[in-house]
Amino acid sequence: MREITLSQAVNEALAEEMRRDETVFILGEDVAEAGTPFKVLSGLVEEFGTDRVIDTPISEPGFVGLAVGAAMTGARPVVDLMFGDFLYLVMDQLCNQAAKQHYMSGGKLSVPMVLRTNLGATRRSAAQHSQSLQALVAHIPGLKVALPSSAYEAKGLMKTAIRDNNPVVIFEDKLMYQDKAPVPEEEYLIPFGEANVKREGKDITLIATSSMVQVAEKAAEMLAKEGIEAEVIDPRTIVPLDEKTLLDSVKKTSRAIVIDEGHQSYGVTAEIASRLNEKAFYHLDAPVLRMGAMDVPVPFSPALEDITVPTPERVVENARKLCAGELIHAA
Amino acid sequence: MAKSKTNTEDYLRMYRQMVRIRTFEDNANQLYLSAKMPGLTHMYSGEEAVAVGICEALTDDDRITSTHRGHGHCVAKGAEFKEMFCELLGKEEGYCRGKGGSMHIADQSHGNLGANAIVGGSMGIATGSALRAKLQGSDDVTVCFFGDGATAQGLMYEVMNMAALWKLPVIYACENNGYSEYTRTDEIAAGSITARAEAFGIEAHKVDGQDVLAVNELTQKLVARCRKGEGPFFVELETYRYHGHHVGDINREYYRSKDEEKDWRENRDPIIRFRAYLVDQGIASEEEIEAMNAEIEKDATDAVAYAEAAPYPDASEVDMHVYAD
Repeated sequence: MREITLSQAVNEALAEEMRRDETVFILGEDVAEAGTPFKVLSGLVEEFGTDRVIDTPISEPGFVGLAVGAAMTGARPVVDLMFGDFLYLVMDQLCNQAAKQHYMSGGKLSVPMVLRTNLGATRRSAAQHSQSLQALVAHIPGLKVALPSSAYEAKGLMKTAIRDNNPVVIFEDKLMYQDKAPVPEEEYLIPFGEANVKREGKDITLIATSSMVQVAEKAAEMLAKEGIEAEVIDPRTIVPLDEKTLLDSVKKTSRAIVIDEGHQSYGVTAEIASRLNEKAFYHLDAPVLRMGAMDVPVPFSPALEDITVPTPERVVENARKLCAGELIHAA
Repeated sequence: MAKSKTNTEDYLRMYRQMVRIRTFEDNANQLYLSAKMPGLTHMYSGEEAVAVGICEALTDDDRITSTHRGHGHCVAKGAEFKEMFCELLGKEEGYCRGKGGSMHIADQSHGNLGANAIVGGSMGIATGSALRAKLQGSDDVTVCFFGDGATAQGLMYEVMNMAALWKLPVIYACENNGYSEYTRTDEIAAGSITARAEAFGIEAHKVDGQDVLAVNELTQKLVARCRKGEGPFFVELETYRYHGHHVGDINREYYRSKDEEKDWRENRDPIIRFRAYLVDQGIASEEEIEAMNAEIEKDATDAVAYAEAAPYPDASEVDMHVYAD
């Protein structure tokens, strides 16, 4: 199978959906000729024109609000939010407006829009361009949240997001834009709410999202050398969440670590760990561990920044302790 | 008062719609005072000429966004009493199945994209609706209703900038009732409100919001120009709310005097003024008007009784409509 980058995969998904449905359009800062700072959208304005690839002023609440209104009146806008950190700027439009229209109107209005943004630290971009804020939006009923972990997922989830009749926030890992993965030439979609078992194992389950899937896979390889067989699962969407696949795995392995790049406290890892505790308690041989980013603003200095995110080595260390029956507190 | 007598039927419908709004609000206030309505509501009484003058210049395909003080816009855009009262009482037959209530009432069948409980919160939605019309190549116009208080929100300037850049068919209708919740507007708004729109190159008008014909005449012109691609426009409508910020805001002399309220009610009431005009011009007799008023009063009384007896949504509805299929 051919291999393309995550960036190309997103670009293809958008182009295919824009060819398929003329109500799909892109809105955001520097999306047209510039193709975004990450060059993810390069070439789209040449094919679809400036009516469908629309450069906006630097007005995040404004253009997200426009997308909500356009979606409520029959379009399928894809908003480009240049950095996930800018979610704080658009919270009212996303969480009070987009997320609630369908419910508040008793099902009469709907908001079929996609908000594309990104996550991920270790790019030396400091505290306001490095956050992974998926927990923030996953908390809000009415929003769906997708976290692609490779080019394959990025394309399939984006196409599903565009066709979904709800507001979907999709976070791409900005460090993975140039990472290649096998992506079929023919069309495919990845349904929401279907986790992907990346690696099978019987001793411990590593549930990892987005950027942390690679970390978990690497940890699993290292653990295998020690005779510990880790199962690696990527939920792919956290809203909706494929609870069944996670529970089935944990019932089999009796141990789990949940890894996500958002802050650990009150985060995605906490939610998933809590569900496992509630629904698989008697199958567990050890507490479910959370491994998120440290509860500090992301520091600039590489010497500090690298400490803040989970690494394969730290996952291995925790997995080893869990499998050895040591009741530990994760670092 | 504008002088031209163009169409008797239109005039009578405008009068009727203004009385329907006032009657709706009087009944809603009564429901609150008798503790029959859950929560609070914000009365539109006094501002009827704004909603009616504007919405009478629109078709069902044209859209509006509304505010927390939204019953007037909803009625003016064509909604029915029965579904509205059901919504205010949280009943299943309400426009939003009781899930929105007074502050989120929406009636998309008539192009009302909904009231909004965030001050200024619908400005993006209205401008996005206009962007959609432009991209679609339709000539639908969107009117964004908001109050003077909302002019302090940053979102307004972001979306006006884009609307002006892209020549979107949207009319920003600023209902200046003189008070931003419990504070005089001149204490919160620096400079001129229309000048803010003009700074973006948006043509701005100021009109007497108590004169339904003046409002309607101006809106018709602006809507026609919007349809030709000459939008956006901004209109500041000078008006007044008779009640407090919400129905529970009873003792309000600390921010505005009873004399001032009395003056607006007695000397600038949009319904009294238009009624006198209709009689004076021979468009309707006092008897015809009284009959119309009585008929509207009966409609409201019946709708309230219907809504009071109507069932609440079943508990199974609580997690319905969180996500669309």
